[in-house]
Amino acid sequence: MDDDPSPRPPSARRDLAAAMLLIALGGAVAWVGAGYRIGTLGRMGPGFFPLALGLILAGLGVVLLVAPSLGEGGEDEPADGAPADPRGWGLVVAGMAAFLLLTRHGGMVPATFALVLLSALGDRRNGLRTAVALALAMTLVGVVLFRFLLGVQMPLFVWGR
Amino acid sequence: MQVLAEMWNGFSIALAPGHLMFAFIGVFVGNAIGVLPGIGPLAAISMLLPVTYGIAPTAALMMLAGLYYGAQYGGAITSILLNVPGVASHAVTCLDGYPLARQGRGGAALFMAMFASFLGASIGILLITLFSPVMVGVALSFGPAEYFAVMVLGLLAASVLARGSPVKGIAMVVLGLCLGVVGSDVNSGIMRFTFGHPELADGLSIVALAMGLFGVADSLRNVNRIGDAALRGGVAARAVRPGREDLRRSWLPMLRGTSVGAFFGALPGTGAAIASFMAYAVEKKLSRTPERFGRGAIEGVAAPEAANNAAAQTAFIPTLTLGIPGDAVMALMLGALMIHGIQPGPLLVAEHPDIFWSLVASFWIGNVMLLVLNIPLIGIWVRLLRVPYRMIYPAVLFFICIGVYSVNNNLFDVGSVLAFGIGGMVLVRLGFEPVPILLGFVLGPLLEEHFRRALLLSRGDLAVFVERPVSAALLAASAALVAGTLAARLRDRRRTAARHRADGG
Repeated sequence: MDDDPSPRPPSARRDLAAAMLLIALGGAVAWVGAGYRIGTLGRMGPGFFPLALGLILAGLGVVLLVAPSLGEGGEDEPADGAPADPRGWGLVVAGMAAFLLLTRHGGMVPATFALVLLSALGDRRNGLRTAVALALAMTLVGVVLFRFLLGVQMPLFVWGR
Repeated sequence: MQVLAEMWNGFSIALAPGHLMFAFIGVFVGNAIGVLPGIGPLAAISMLLPVTYGIAPTAALMMLAGLYYGAQYGGAITSILLNVPGVASHAVTCLDGYPLARQGRGGAALFMAMFASFLGASIGILLITLFSPVMVGVALSFGPAEYFAVMVLGLLAASVLARGSPVKGIAMVVLGLCLGVVGSDVNSGIMRFTFGHPELADGLSIVALAMGLFGVADSLRNVNRIGDAALRGGVAARAVRPGREDLRRSWLPMLRGTSVGAFFGALPGTGAAIASFMAYAVEKKLSRTPERFGRGAIEGVAAPEAANNAAAQTAFIPTLTLGIPGDAVMALMLGALMIHGIQPGPLLVAEHPDIFWSLVASFWIGNVMLLVLNIPLIGIWVRLLRVPYRMIYPAVLFFICIGVYSVNNNLFDVGSVLAFGIGGMVLVRLGFEPVPILLGFVLGPLLEEHFRRALLLSRGDLAVFVERPVSAALLAASAALVAGTLAARLRDRRRTAARHRADGG
């Protein structure tokens, strides 16, 4: 989707990881599904469908394992060859996690501020001042738009707990 | 004819100033909410539902319906400009709309989307009027085996014809189906895959899934990667209007998209999402230059937008005439109707023709309002692109979190968004395309239900799917589709490999 200056060709390790993921997920789904009553084709229990789905998913993983060329998309490969960015990812995730924590233990205002501040800092081109300004702006917008105009049920400030 | 007289009556009711006002509010708010990423029609309708308690049913319905198809217009805007679909049916619009915006042709894409949406909606409304009785007849003749088969065809088409490997695409649909299993089982009442979380009793939140897979995962992917230069691509006034070439390329896809959309929207169990997927797939298959899709093909915007607006209108047919919702949003509309004391079903048209027809008339008026609203405002939407992405995405994340929270007022959903965001990111880096997950998720429970019912009726005989002609035909088409696509891919790869060898590396 993005114009990447240097897309890396799909690596064998990535293909293996993709196949293993499918096998693991499919296996897990089938495992849990089999724990519910399966029943028969004519009177299906709750476990039937998940078991079938899990087996299919795992089966597709095996197909990818055996024939990794089937896992390539031809000319329209989804772009993903960018280098890993743990700092950016970490800050965005931290921002959302902060939102989760602070909504319960601080209220909407600190939660919004923390979310926007942390996630904005994830982009190296955002200086601290930009991030703080953005956070303040979004907190204001958030309070006005969501709390007062739209009536979202989220306390602005939560003390204690 | 009786129908014409009732339509006329409907228009006169819909044009009453009070009703016009509510329709306008619904349409305007719906459009705005469609533009705001993180809040889709689902959240908007559920948030505004309590507001409608004090209003007369007809006006309330007009407003809620306006919210719905208004958001379809607005959702196209965020899909094209920000690559964040407000609702599943817009995921496909992102595929070509966003590349177009990145190329500086966002204005053209938006215009096309508006035209296509209006065309699709208008024709959809026409179809509602003309074919409601006929469609009801066809739908009633569909048994569970046929529903199952048509869903399989739709899911396979979506996964196999989208970008990337067909095998991986099918895997994503299956993953979506698995995610749809989470929650209480309709038949036995037991909780499946909830692992002791009561919040999951009603299943995973579709809003959380969509927002996580597309909004959050995208932020994760694009942080530090989208440069300001890429976005600045010269958004001149010229670029705001679509060129003649765009129009020439798009009018037939728009018509095709409309037919696909009208068809799938009318079928209960399939809705705007599958319609837009199928329209995109059809265009890609029919195009003489399929490799342009996913990189900024204007047909890739026109067809799905026509389809999902047509489907959004025709989706009201089964909801109002049969009482069967086509997707989550329709289910919500159904709930709204019942809260106002109106029981949707075959009797609705007979006993309350004024409600049905004034609603239909308000659809048309609402769509005209949207077209008029959006043409001058497109310049403003396009100017949004000037704001550097690094300042947009934190705001987007905030809208996502609060939007998701507002659906059910619980933080579990927000946590789900984060989890899905991380998961989506992992999947994309492993070469999977997340769009089919949403489709599988939405159709999963219905698919299982039809499968189970078909086999219940046939007493466990799997042959029922091939014995019934319609079902057999649909399943055969699905198999042919998968086989054909795989064969085409293998052939393309062999050709590319041969070319590389011939070029000496």
